[in-house]
Amino acid sequence: MSKNITALTMGILFAIGLGISGMTQPQKVIGFLDLFGQWDPSLAFVMIGAIGVHASMYRWIRKRSSPVLADQFHVPNRSDLTPPLLVGAALFGVGWGVAGFCPGPGLTSLASGNLASLVFVGGMVGGMLVFKISEPLRNKVFPKS
Amino acid sequence: MIEIWQWDWTMALSGGILIGLAVTFMLLLQGRVTGISGILYGTLIPRKNDWDWRLCFVVGLIVGGLLLKWFEPETLENTVNYGPWRFALAGGLVGYGTLLGNGCTSGHGVCGISRFSLRSIVATLTFMAFGVLTVALFR
Repeated sequence: MSKNITALTMGILFAIGLGISGMTQPQKVIGFLDLFGQWDPSLAFVMIGAIGVHASMYRWIRKRSSPVLADQFHVPNRSDLTPPLLVGAALFGVGWGVAGFCPGPGLTSLASGNLASLVFVGGMVGGMLVFKISEPLRNKVFPKS
Repeated sequence: MIEIWQWDWTMALSGGILIGLAVTFMLLLQGRVTGISGILYGTLIPRKNDWDWRLCFVVGLIVGGLLLKWFEPETLENTVNYGPWRFALAGGLVGYGTLLGNGCTSGHGVCGISRFSLRSIVATLTFMAFGVLTVALFR
């Protein structure tokens, strides 16, 4: 139960962070990505703030043998650069540039009731289901070495 | 003009700090990387005993959105005049791409870079570059 309450609370905090920072306004995100036009660098400070806080706390937290409310840490430790990583990141980048939403802001902006947010999240869920269904095909395109 | 810019930067930094605190508490309390794409996927295709907290986090994102709507509605303003199909297509690319690439702006961009993960640094540079290219092409 405490896990669910903290997840809910941190979801709310995360969403407020997204909103305050400007990440939930696609026009701001497009402006940030518009490096060769009317570039608006302000959103770089979102990364600086978030990474600044998290990077400085990360090592300290990982000194613990386990998290406070769970048995173990679930942190990936892979370091291999694979085609799926690069192709996936590229597809995500194109999608991000096409409409100015990444997953978190898309979900948070559902609260606006805007059709744009609704169809974005609908498309995102659809893309995730296609990912699941297309697993056999994907294993042929990206064979596991 | 300069004042407006500084205000934007201050708000972006403040919001970023809140995001950093949220992902830090998720790691400290639950041992989890706060990757929104992965959390959402886990609500759609659940694994055993690994569903409730994910759903709670996603609900939290939307409840946070409602708070923004009530107290600071301009934060949810969307003034780009793209048609719904464009948002749907973007959503499809984002959904598929983030799963194939194991993460999005939060999982790779914030959590991964914070632990100096090579995969996350490369993924973040890649999706940033393709985002910039896409916006440049659509200009």
